[in-house]
Amino acid sequence: MALPGVLLLLLFQYLPILGNVIAFQDYEPYLGISGSPWVGFRNFAVIFNGDPAFLHALGNTLAVLLLQVVFVFPAPIALALALNGLVSEKLKRFVQSVLYLPHFLSWVIVVSISQSMLGGSGLLNNWLRSGGHEAVNIIGNASIFKELLTSQVIWKDTGWATILFLAALSQIDASLYEAASVDGASRWSQLWHVTLPGLRAIIILLFILRLGDALTVGFEQIILQQGPVGNQVSDVLDTYVYNNGVLNGNWGRQPPSAW
Amino acid sequence: MSTHRPHLVLGMPRPGIALRSVKGVVLTLCCLVVLVPFLGVLATSIAPPKQVAAAGGFVLFPKGIDLSSYRAIFAGGVVTRSIVVSVLVTVVGTLVSVTCTALLAYVLARPKVFGYRPLMTTVLVAILFGPGIIPSYLVVKQLGLLDSYWALILPTAVSAFNVIVVRSFFMGIPPELIEAATIDGAGEFQVFRRIVIPLSKASLSVIGLFYAVGYWNAFFTALLYINDNAKWPLQLILRTYVVDQSALTGSALGSVTEAIPPQQSIQMAILVVSIVPILIVYPFLQRHFAKGVLTGAVKG
Repeated sequence: MALPGVLLLLLFQYLPILGNVIAFQDYEPYLGISGSPWVGFRNFAVIFNGDPAFLHALGNTLAVLLLQVVFVFPAPIALALALNGLVSEKLKRFVQSVLYLPHFLSWVIVVSISQSMLGGSGLLNNWLRSGGHEAVNIIGNASIFKELLTSQVIWKDTGWATILFLAALSQIDASLYEAASVDGASRWSQLWHVTLPGLRAIIILLFILRLGDALTVGFEQIILQQGPVGNQVSDVLDTYVYNNGVLNGNWGRQPPSAW
Repeated sequence: MSTHRPHLVLGMPRPGIALRSVKGVVLTLCCLVVLVPFLGVLATSIAPPKQVAAAGGFVLFPKGIDLSSYRAIFAGGVVTRSIVVSVLVTVVGTLVSVTCTALLAYVLARPKVFGYRPLMTTVLVAILFGPGIIPSYLVVKQLGLLDSYWALILPTAVSAFNVIVVRSFFMGIPPELIEAATIDGAGEFQVFRRIVIPLSKASLSVIGLFYAVGYWNAFFTALLYINDNAKWPLQLILRTYVVDQSALTGSALGSVTEAIPPQQSIQMAILVVSIVPILIVYPFLQRHFAKGVLTGAVKG
């Protein structure tokens, strides 16, 4: 009974992991894995001797990661705090329904929407022009590409990410707040000394989980948008693998991080 | 989440009026940032062509309703075909996924079964390690699945994580029921079909929705495995005609008898068509996914 499921897992999850041995081969698609010559670590040498495209991809990955840690990670915490104090339950549920929605859209849809809104002939620029202002160049502007990526991630996933923080907030013992206010703590010191410590466990947990796939920074999102800004600014490790490996046919020469 | 609510109100002290209005403004802004783009997309797709042309592309408040862009994309051209592909892949894929997931989960739900340990390990390890892009591509290529619709289904058909979720649900079914059925002479498949499936319709349909949204939204598998653009699903059409702004000509749209609506209207109509299925299942998704995220993460 388990056969079809296990077979699919073996074929599409395990077999490709074994396929990573081509990192040590001069892989030729028509020779296959058994026929391609073994070259030891030569493919790695090409990378670490400083293929400029690879270095750009590595640098961009780290830059995007930094932006994500600084801006994307704390956003849901702030939003959860804002939602948490809402007195009206109905209002809160409405806001949640609105803010969770973008999480379920694909990146193609999100990128399409952001182009329609912020692109050269998008809604924002139409509005600016009709008001006699100068149009702003947001989409396809290489100098703010990483910031654009970051804002899109915030737009898509911040709402959804509040779920865990809201749940953790609801677990904080109410008597702690009472005690704090009896001791004369202001709202800010309550936030600092009661609320945030109450969230500490979940924050650390999520942070570690995020670092676990630190080098995964939005493959689909970037593949979709790197055309106008060029690969030097936009390539991250995953897209480098795709552009260099699948499109250019350098099968074996992939960074080990991309496995 | 409803069980937590009393705490929320009790837990935090009531904010003062100043703080409350700051929060109100912030949350209103957040909602607008999410809602206005949707409004713009919908409005541009239904606005009269003249208004769209006059506005220079996008409008927020349509002066009337004109469905010509929807007629254009459903006229039988590339967009129509991609919608059919996406619907078929989603339906067939979800059936395949739910069937394989449920069968595998059922075996794993009974630790006494022969081969339980290696099976369980296989599934758990698959959660931890994902395959890389290139080796996956090579496997699909070796299997001769490039440019086949099955390439959009099989590689992502079984999510090990979902197997574990369904398994833990199956384990909650009282073993006495299964025993009783076995004593009455039911075989393995009969027990599965007559006892286990009817008892877990709700949770299986949630997992089904999970998979369905995944198939509907799947972009990368199609990008990687489908080169023949006659087989493109909707997400690749979106990439080509909305993100990359390739012009949709009359011949690509099929037999359009009327004047072709502005490109922006057509693009936004395609976008609406790709969002609507998600909106339809969204209420279920929100309720069940939120619950699922919480059961996994927070105790008590």
